Amino acid sequence: MQHPYVSFEGVTRAYPGHVVFRDLWFGVNRGEFVCLVGHSGCGKTTVLNILAGLDAPNAGGVIVDGQEISGPSLDRAVIFQGHALMPWMTAEQNVAFALSCRHPGWGKAKLRDAARAALEKVGLGQAADRKPAMLSGGMKQRVGIARALAIEPKMLLMDEPFSALDALTRGALQDEVARLVAEANQTAFMITHDVDEAILLADRILLMTNGPDARCAEVVMNTLPKPRNRATLHKLPGYHALRDHILEFLLTRSRTLAGTRPADWDPKSPPDVRPADAPLPAAAE
Amino acid sequence: MHRTVPFWQQALLSALLLGLFLGAWELAAGRGGGGTGVAVDPEYAALLGQAAAQGGQTPFPRPSEIAVRLWELLRDPFYVRGTNDQGIGVQVAYSLLRVAAGFGLAALVAIPLGFLIGMSPLLSGALNPFIQVLRPVSPLAWMPLALFTIKDSAISSIFVIFICSVWPMLLNTAFGVQSVRREWLNVARTLEAGTLRTAFRVILPAAAPTILTGMRISIGIAWLVIVAAEMLVGGTGIGYWVWNQWNNLSLSDIVIAILLIGIVGLLLDRALGAVQRLVAWQD
Ligand SMILES: Nc1ncnc2c1ncn2[C@@H]1O[C@H](COP(=O)(O)OP(=O)(O)OP(=O)(O)O)[C@@H](O)[C@H]1O
Ligand SMILES: [Mg+2]
Repeated sequence: MQHPYVSFEGVTRAYPGHVVFRDLWFGVNRGEFVCLVGHSGCGKTTVLNILAGLDAPNAGGVIVDGQEISGPSLDRAVIFQGHALMPWMTAEQNVAFALSCRHPGWGKAKLRDAARAALEKVGLGQAADRKPAMLSGGMKQRVGIARALAIEPKMLLMDEPFSALDALTRGALQDEVARLVAEANQTAFMITHDVDEAILLADRILLMTNGPDARCAEVVMNTLPKPRNRATLHKLPGYHALRDHILEFLLTRSRTLAGTRPADWDPKSPPDVRPADAPLPAAAE
Repeated sequence: MHRTVPFWQQALLSALLLGLFLGAWELAAGRGGGGTGVAVDPEYAALLGQAAAQGGQTPFPRPSEIAVRLWELLRDPFYVRGTNDQGIGVQVAYSLLRVAAGFGLAALVAIPLGFLIGMSPLLSGALNPFIQVLRPVSPLAWMPLALFTIKDSAISSIFVIFICSVWPMLLNTAFGVQSVRREWLNVARTLEAGTLRTAFRVILPAAAPTILTGMRISIGIAWLVIVAAEMLVGGTGIGYWVWNQWNNLSLSDIVIAILLIGIVGLLLDRALGAVQRLVAWQD
């Protein structure tokens, strides 16, 4: 078996009097897209911040590419929930700032050209000279995506990147991210509340129970064929079984499983499930 | 409710009010000064010196007289005839020079120090008591100490300007740096931007509008204080000039000085306001 690119090994994060999650183990393989799904407050952002190096675990460690991480790295680019663009810079300058961190030796002209090219890729060539205040929510998030991809990270981290957008814009951006990630065979880790988003993008979906003391209760393997797109996703066989399984987890089991650990619970390998592969109900008779 | 009013309406009303005010002043001053000599209290006369001894010969000036005097002063504002007789432009220039020196030095100290205080909770906690105690002290209270230690009146007034303008800049810079949004700092961290790059490309632009607000408050205070400081130490400057004209009992000159101080103060504020607009950002 291939060694995972990222592996969480017994990670615990606690605040005084409050354990967010305990003894968390999971891996992300190279080129794999993993989604983390769970209710608000269960610790998803905390997981992502630890992986980004912005936060540190109280116990356990995170191994990336064979090395334990000790802080943020250009190899793991973050697309933030709020767009987190610098409002005093134009779209192009925001991307160029990231590029200048990646390539300190580059001159102004080279940075500008590379920033332009990155913005073209997300369809924002026209808006390069506008400041964030003059961009729509969707355009701002596109700049955030361009900024993260411009530095050619080994891994992309996304914290509910589209949750603040309207449904149409969200759909367009999901397709965009799916395309860009597939083109670059990008390893990605994403937090989301949106079940369809997870099914569209993820190869594996981690289901987290409610906090406090949350755990990763189940790993859902998304066996629907790729490439997937939003228009035809719901027609794929197995889609409904997959969707129902995740929804059912979010609606009931995330709550009933919270705080409990079965006697035979092995935190190192939460059960894999393949709801989309389940035999079709006996309709064929 | 605030409706927008056309500019010309505001300007017209301003002009009307000014006209009324000057007209009333002209009439009132004309009546009071034109008549028989007013009885002068001998003690008051002694205090005012030779001018008052002539017996009420210095009535409050009328706007028309002030205008004539203004024209005289502005025709040749930069003449220098000996140390005690220099044009009003020269005096204002002296004051501006002192303000520029004191304010400039204060900015050089306050902005880097404020940056450090804003970045370091330790430094912030350690320096806070000193700042809290020193900040409310009237800058003029430092004057005797400054004169004693520095022994030079011109540098002493620069020091007083320095002391009064340092606090708003220091506190605003520290506050601006402290309130830089966490998400921008996180962006810089995930990009491994380094301390210097983060300071100059992220924190400084983010805090710049707040810093400029502090500078604007400082320059206003500095311009207030320079007049008082120059009255105390004498020599040159618009404050000294006001004091001198008071000794000569030329009230017209004092009214003109007040007007001039107001206009220069306005221009200073406007200049920094323009810089503030340059660095402002909108979220
Ligand atoms: N600085 C902190 N001090 C104390 N508790 C904290 C702190 N930061 C987060 N927490 C707690 O950690 C838990 C997880 O927070 P986190 O932001 O990771 O949740 P989340 O799953 O991302 O939620 P959401 O879906 O709403 O973004 C919450 O219960 C929160 O109260
Ligand atoms: Mg969150």
